[in-house]
Amino acid sequence: MALPVLHVKDLKTQFFTERGVVKAVDAVSLKLMKSLTLGVVGESGCGKSVTALSIMRLIQPPGRIVEGEIWFDGRDLLTLSEEAMRSIRGKEISMIFQEPMTSLNPVFRVGDQIIEILQRHETMSNKEASARTAELLKQVGIPSPRERMADYPHQMSGGMRQRVMIAMAVACSPQVIIADEPTTALDVTIQAQILDLLRKLKEETGTTVLLITHDLGVIAEVAEDVVVMYAGRAVEQARCKDIFRNPLHPYTQGLMQSIPGRTAHTGKRRLTAIPGVVPSLLELPAGCKFNTRCPHAFERCYTDPEPGLLEPDLGHPVRCWLYA
Amino acid sequence: MAAEQNTTLLTLCGVKKHYPITRGILRRQVGAVKAVDGVDLNVNRGETMGLVGESGCGKSTLGRVILRLEELTAGEIFFAGKSLNALKGSSLHRLRKKMQVIFQDPYSSLNPRQTIGRIIGEGLVIHKIGSAVERRERVLHLMDIVGLRPEQINRYPHEFSGGQRQRISIARALALQPEFIICDEPLSALDVSIQAQVINLLEDLQEQYDLTYLFISHDLSVVRHISDRVAVMYSGRLIEMAPKDELYEHPYHPYTQALLQAVPVADPAAAGKRKELVAGVNDAPFPPHGCKFSPHCPHSSPECEAEIPTFYEVRPDHWVRCYRSNA
Ligand SMILES: Nc1ncnc2c1ncn2[C@@H]1O[C@H](COP(=O)(O)OP(=O)(O)O)[C@@H](O)[C@H]1O
Ligand SMILES: Nc1ncnc2c1ncn2[C@@H]1O[C@H](COP(=O)(O)OP(=O)(O)O)[C@@H](O)[C@H]1O
Ligand SMILES: [Mg+2]
Ligand SMILES: [Mg+2]
Repeated sequence: MALPVLHVKDLKTQFFTERGVVKAVDAVSLKLMKSLTLGVVGESGCGKSVTALSIMRLIQPPGRIVEGEIWFDGRDLLTLSEEAMRSIRGKEISMIFQEPMTSLNPVFRVGDQIIEILQRHETMSNKEASARTAELLKQVGIPSPRERMADYPHQMSGGMRQRVMIAMAVACSPQVIIADEPTTALDVTIQAQILDLLRKLKEETGTTVLLITHDLGVIAEVAEDVVVMYAGRAVEQARCKDIFRNPLHPYTQGLMQSIPGRTAHTGKRRLTAIPGVVPSLLELPAGCKFNTRCPHAFERCYTDPEPGLLEPDLGHPVRCWLYA
Repeated sequence: MAAEQNTTLLTLCGVKKHYPITRGILRRQVGAVKAVDGVDLNVNRGETMGLVGESGCGKSTLGRVILRLEELTAGEIFFAGKSLNALKGSSLHRLRKKMQVIFQDPYSSLNPRQTIGRIIGEGLVIHKIGSAVERRERVLHLMDIVGLRPEQINRYPHEFSGGQRQRISIARALALQPEFIICDEPLSALDVSIQAQVINLLEDLQEQYDLTYLFISHDLSVVRHISDRVAVMYSGRLIEMAPKDELYEHPYHPYTQALLQAVPVADPAAAGKRKELVAGVNDAPFPPHGCKFSPHCPHSSPECEAEIPTFYEVRPDHWVRCYRSNA
């Protein structure tokens, strides 16, 4: 079997706050296979962004990666110096955020910001870098790229800014792109264009993508593999088509049933909501962390320590005692 | 549009809201943002009218002028048969009891320094309804209706999750027993599992209290689930309106078609089967006089750019603003 391009093993990231230790990511393992998109889905606060930031080694105090390994290109990223990590960020692994304004500098022209990235990682003359920038902007579907290079971020619409972000992320032809809710702030028409763009880039360049979203529709559109997260844990992992056809974890099933229109197209049928809310990470229940909301919970879910990723005969890895 | 008079709750006739663009120290008006530019709409008693369209197309502005939070530039609005245009003072005050609103971000629309008991009961105080004891009873009843616990009455908004805060604003909206509620993106800030809880609650309340909703959203799946009829807005105007299944199954306007195609379907078997999308972005620097969608439209003709098509009934109850429809 092929080796993963990026392999996260038992990652634990925690925030040491005044109120206690927030275990934002608790023993999560992920495998990104070459040229495929791994979708990470789950409700807000379940640890998706912290996972992404941990891979980039961008966790700030009071947060810290306390355990785990992140294998990339024969190296464990967690053992690298900050210096070595800087040369990987943006060049070999790059990141796209939900709100482009957080990573675009408002006081520099967008063209200059891309040129800067190119010249930081590759030896290029100004003329070469500027030609390459225009090419990149064209590739992400920005009309009149030469003129747009002179724009400041605030002069562009949200969709255009997100395209600039993607152009920056692909500038140095990275092996892995991590996209954290890249379309959440956009209108559906723009979202569809951005997803098409990501798909096209992946086909053309063979880039591997980690796509984080809370939207199962987006996952179905672009991911080949899926990890479902809940309360800092990966609770189910499968091929995309398997997870939609045969969701195993009661949480995954609940997420699917909450989507309007998936089951009921006519008439006003009640949606099956997941009862309650995600518990605070500081007050997680004993046993399975989903037992406060699970319609199938039985004694073992409260009394036994939480299950690991089980591998049922008919199905895929899932963290649930129903399949023991 | 000829809906039976007795069932119509809200009627908009040629409603416009323009914001002046001024320049220079004399603040000379050099133009106008035509946020709402001629909307005709009927909302029937007891129905949910969905209003969809991309951000900036004028949905929230339309909501605000209906609520009379802002003055109209042109047109007329009727509520329960009475024109709202001339309403002032105490009659406007009375109308406010009948119409309520729930906003997207329940956090910024709830006063952080007030307990939720005060927030929910505020309308009762303003309208001098009941004694203090009676008001407290009513607030507790409202909290029960929306699924909040009585002991939470003295807590503050920041102590609640997003879904619970939306329950607080729903309770506040219900306090004065309104007939009509504008829901402006009420679910957009919530996770799907919580969204489903709030959708169910809104539907239960509608049935129990005969509420009429104008449900504004950019989420087409949610709108299809909750609405009876759906109106599509583009650049300040309605461009299509129909009963929901008719609209979703037979979209007529090229913009509506693009919008529906863009919705990601939670079914991997359907993924990647979309046609290449026409850009729906309403960001042409010089929009044409005619149909504002024509620069993006695969079917546009010189006629489209010259003059705005009329709203035309292509099938019973299915209205479209497109020259292809009245050819
Ligand atoms: N700087 C921080 N300090 C304390 N807790 C944090 C910090 N950043 C994130 N967390 C906690 O980590 C958890 C996971 O957050 P995040 O990864 O952002 O979730 P999401 O899945 O929505 O992206 C949340 O419960 C959040 O409260
Ligand atoms: N107070 C205002 N002054 C000037 N322009 C405004 C004002 N409010 C809204 N607009 C403009 O009106 C248009 C419609 O806005 P809005 O109704 O908020 O759209 P939507 O709710 O559909 O996203 C936008 O172009 C917006 O910038
Ligand atoms: Mg996040
Ligand atoms: Mg709005």
